[in-house]
Amino acid sequence: MSAIASPVSGRIEPGRILTWLLLFGGGLLMVTPLAFMFATSLKDSSEIYDLAFFPAHPTLENYVTVLSDGRFLRWFANSFGIATAVTLSNVFFDSLVGYTLAKFQFRGRYLVFVAILSTLMIPTEMLVIPWYVMAKNFGWLDSYWGIMFPGMMTAFGTFLMKQFFETVPNDFLEAARVDGLNEFAIFWRIALPLVTPALSALAIFTFLSNWTAFIWPLIVTTSKELYTLPVGLTSYAVEAQVQWELIMTGAALATLPTLTVFLLLQRYIVRGVVLAGLKG
Amino acid sequence: MAGIAIERLVKRYGPTQVVHGIDLDIQDGEFVVFVGPSGCGKSTTLRMVAGLEEINDGTISIGGRVVNRLEPKERNIAMVFQNYAIYPHMSVAENIAFGLYTSGLDKAAKRKRVEEVAEVLGLTPLLERRPSALSGGQRQRVAIGRAMVRDPAVFLFDEPLSNLDAQLRAQMRLEIKRLHQRLGTTIVFVTHDQVEAMTLADRIVVMRDGHILQVGAPMELYEKPADVFTARFIGSPTMNIMPAKAVAEAGRSTLRLGEAPLAWPTALPSDVLIGVRPQELRVLDQGEAADLILSGTVAVVEPLGPETFVHVEAAGGLLLASAPAKNPPAVGSAVQLGAAASGLRLFDAQSERAL
Ligand SMILES: Nc1ncnc2c1ncn2[C@@H]1O[C@H](COP(=O)(O)OP(=O)(O)OP(=O)(O)O)[C@@H](O)[C@H]1O
Ligand SMILES: [Mg+2]
Repeated sequence: MSAIASPVSGRIEPGRILTWLLLFGGGLLMVTPLAFMFATSLKDSSEIYDLAFFPAHPTLENYVTVLSDGRFLRWFANSFGIATAVTLSNVFFDSLVGYTLAKFQFRGRYLVFVAILSTLMIPTEMLVIPWYVMAKNFGWLDSYWGIMFPGMMTAFGTFLMKQFFETVPNDFLEAARVDGLNEFAIFWRIALPLVTPALSALAIFTFLSNWTAFIWPLIVTTSKELYTLPVGLTSYAVEAQVQWELIMTGAALATLPTLTVFLLLQRYIVRGVVLAGLKG
Repeated sequence: MAGIAIERLVKRYGPTQVVHGIDLDIQDGEFVVFVGPSGCGKSTTLRMVAGLEEINDGTISIGGRVVNRLEPKERNIAMVFQNYAIYPHMSVAENIAFGLYTSGLDKAAKRKRVEEVAEVLGLTPLLERRPSALSGGQRQRVAIGRAMVRDPAVFLFDEPLSNLDAQLRAQMRLEIKRLHQRLGTTIVFVTHDQVEAMTLADRIVVMRDGHILQVGAPMELYEKPADVFTARFIGSPTMNIMPAKAVAEAGRSTLRLGEAPLAWPTALPSDVLIGVRPQELRVLDQGEAADLILSGTVAVVEPLGPETFVHVEAAGGLLLASAPAKNPPAVGSAVQLGAAASGLRLFDAQSERAL
């Protein structure tokens, strides 16, 4: 997005204006509910059905209420722990499998790849029942492991990492082989650092999708202490009366890790790192 | 330090055989350069020596030890790749230190070794830089540093200079030569560049279609090329090659080319290629005699200072010949080119092998 106006003539092309308008409209569409959420979290309960954007008497009362509610902190911690564990697992296993598929020739390689890829076409809704049966038979119902196991590795992540590892020139790996690294060290110390952009993308994506995951955690858990944040927040809604200001406050707090993760990792999403070691 | 012995080495990719049982003995401390047309199997052979490519048949020994089944790291070799392959996420110092990965040295000892090597290669001020902040020549030097630091028995280079510009290439060529003179380590070097081959090699190995065609010192190859490829590859400017007919009779032949038939003391096949280096093909003075005389018209004149080359349109095609540096013939003028019989190289037109 660097060259917005044509650098040569200094004139602004009509096409650019259209692009801006579209982007601006899209941005507005996405930011409005978010802003409304923050605004509502600052209102007191008497104001919430008032559609005014700005709270008449802004207050942090809701935050105090939510944060002093032990359940909220517990759910927050659950979500955070689960999303982190699943993310680490994906970053490791997806890249390990992706690397193997990208860089090694072995019998059945293509078959394995197609098998993994084909699971991408099955929607979560269809998988929920087999997962449930599996969790039940293994005795994983209503446990952290029960929430996490279906996502510990994903076909999408494997596919993504395979594609990226294919862009890593073999020369690097062979140089490392000559330098005497064993195969795992080549993966861990040479190949993996060369795909950090993909790893960051995968980490962000996995963390966010687990942070916001709703259906499966809802199905597999029954004890409230094991709820994840989205499940817990909904339970605010179904109790005696809907406390929108608390839900909005909880939701506002729930966006914080998302933002943090994104801000922390986005600087790693820089392309061109891989090529820097090659010819000038 | 060690020599390399290659015996009946074979490489197949699926059903296609790309290296056809080659034999080669490389002496300890020798600088051997592999040349040959693209796809002839130079890299494949080098990679089999390195242990990066499986050997289908035959043996490779390094320092008297058969290494067919050994991992690259067990062969005590170091390799420099065409793309340098220095790790972009590590500093120069870390890259060089990676060559000591299996050395078992402690940190301080490694550091000391890295600094010594950096000193030799003039990399000391760059040790903390990332590869992205280096020039092409500096990157190549880092790659060489990583290979050197380990003090291997053999250096393998696969077209290490081909990504550099001409000036840098000349400079790095000199550095590699000096490195070899100082370390005395066996080097196997693949290149497409005849100047590199001529200036660096103790012996040049010419490969073609997975076979070794000729092995010899640079001047041997220059004097007695075994085939048209070698003849054209070695020497600059490139040798002129002209098709000609020969008539053999009673163990002698007559070549039909140019102004007068040329007697040749051996029996020749009917179709031959005649090679003559531009240095041996001169623009004749009026009435001057020569064994082979060709007439033509000057198309281009290239004064190079000490000598002048002229491109001449002649019956045999466009020929390059040498002319006196002073008063070269003008473009468009008719000239006669002459060469002594001793300056001619004859090849079979079918097989392109020397006769
Ligand atoms: N992995 C492979 N699978 C199949 N054939 C291959 C493979 N690698 C190389 N070849 C073939 O082997 C032959 C020799 O290749 P090699 O890379 O050794 O050539 P080269 O002499 O190094 O050529 P260049 O000068 O272009 O680098 C070529 O015909 C090539 O197509
Ligand atoms: Mg090659």
